[in-house]
Amino acid sequence: MSEAVHRQAFIPNWWARAAWLLFGVYLVYAASHLEFTPARFIVGLEHGAKFVARLFPPDFHRWELLLKGMVESLQIAVLASILGLAISLPLSLAAARNLMPAWLTWPARAVMVLCRSFHPVIVAILFVKAVGFGALAGILALTVASIGFLGKLFTEAIEEISLKQVEAVRASGAPFMSVVSFAVVPQVFARFVGFIAYETDANLRNSTMVGIVGAGGIGGTLFAAFQRFDYDFVCAIVLTIIALIMVGEVLTVRIKRIFNV
Amino acid sequence: MSSIAAATEPSAAAAAAAATAALSVRNLVKEYVAGRPVLQGISLDFAPRGITAVIGPSGTGKSTLIRCINRLVEPTSGAIVFEGRDLVQLAKGELREARRHIGMVFQEYNLVERLTVMENVLCGRLGYVTPLKAWLRRFPGRDVDRAFELLETVGLGAFTHARADSLSGGQRQRVGIARAVMQQPRLLLADEPTSSLDPKTSVEIMALMQALSEMHGFPVIVNMHNVELARRFADRIVGMTGGAVVFDGPPESLDDGILKSIYGGEDWLE
Repeated sequence: MSEAVHRQAFIPNWWARAAWLLFGVYLVYAASHLEFTPARFIVGLEHGAKFVARLFPPDFHRWELLLKGMVESLQIAVLASILGLAISLPLSLAAARNLMPAWLTWPARAVMVLCRSFHPVIVAILFVKAVGFGALAGILALTVASIGFLGKLFTEAIEEISLKQVEAVRASGAPFMSVVSFAVVPQVFARFVGFIAYETDANLRNSTMVGIVGAGGIGGTLFAAFQRFDYDFVCAIVLTIIALIMVGEVLTVRIKRIFNV
Repeated sequence: MSSIAAATEPSAAAAAAAATAALSVRNLVKEYVAGRPVLQGISLDFAPRGITAVIGPSGTGKSTLIRCINRLVEPTSGAIVFEGRDLVQLAKGELREARRHIGMVFQEYNLVERLTVMENVLCGRLGYVTPLKAWLRRFPGRDVDRAFELLETVGLGAFTHARADSLSGGQRQRVGIARAVMQQPRLLLADEPTSSLDPKTSVEIMALMQALSEMHGFPVIVNMHNVELARRFADRIVGMTGGAVVFDGPPESLDDGILKSIYGGEDWLE
């Protein structure tokens, strides 16, 4: 090793510096191109103030309509989460590179990428066209989204487990499914519960969205209220959705405690 | 180094072992990288009783040797004959069947941290229980009774429902041993079982393995760093250097000269 190289403690990474510079230039360009300026923001604020004023007080008079939509959204979210979970568990196991051969992990990963390729609303439009208006389209769309999301998180969790424990169980001559249930599942279970809770939470939010394209749930009601400028009813719907998400958060903590994770 | 191996007279015990070997390793070679063997043709016979300690410097292939025996590491070539069958040739299902009879104890215990002590011990029966029954924790009553007995034997009767990650190192290794013995093994492999433990606990763990080995009549092959511990508990010592066996004999014949040839240098022998 030559003297010069030896003395240089840190070698500057010119490629990284050039990349940062280019990135900065692009940020300035993109902001100016889209009129993303303080002046434009202040103009927008005035408009916003009028809108916020019309939101309050929230109007809960049509609570029956609100309740019906919320219940449907909740059902869509829960069913899609369970269905997505049932499919992504085996899929993520098949996609885990530390447990499975390459010929199985690549197709499994491809399915997940496909499921993640489109926003749930786009998928919902596809399913509305395919199976017609209503909750079924919403459930299917969110199931696809859940597979993509849960599958990826599950796979990563499985790939990060300690193989020592797997090795020990394998050394006892355990069949593969027992290795999974005794050495893999205990290591990932706590994280899985967290992921499932998060995905259900996301599905709850998304289930209010798919209604906009006619796939069932509170979204349709919300969209109609917007179009009729019933901003006080919009406010009531939004507050209810927030409350539901909060209840979900509390339930998640409880469920984690029940499972002792 | 081969000259030392030649100079070491094969002991009477080793000769007897060859005749009635429980396990016979023949020309075992393992290359993680092609052309760079970690094990350079190991041949050893193990008697159906007693403790064999494998000593040698770090990185010399001791762990690889142990792991080749139950094929946690795939041997590159050679034969490993256990109870008349060459383990190297076994297909997946047959290998699982053979592994049931070979218990293993690990340096870092390798307990499933989030399972209870009882569940960890019952892992030793997974080879016999269907995955569904195992998952539902429906182990045969006989196995559960034996697990309780074993936990008493290793002194952890009060910790049955404790989670493995709440135990101390010595306690964890006791669970590890109970798990291996739960298999009713006909051979016990131990990969540096005491290297993560304090001196007193190390002696207790070795004494426990010795007692269980005598009680249930299975041979033990144990990798060790601690030469004194090996001398104290082993009936036979195998010294390895650079992936080859350079000493094989009873503990009494292990002198400073041989230790020097195994580990190299002499300053550490003070």
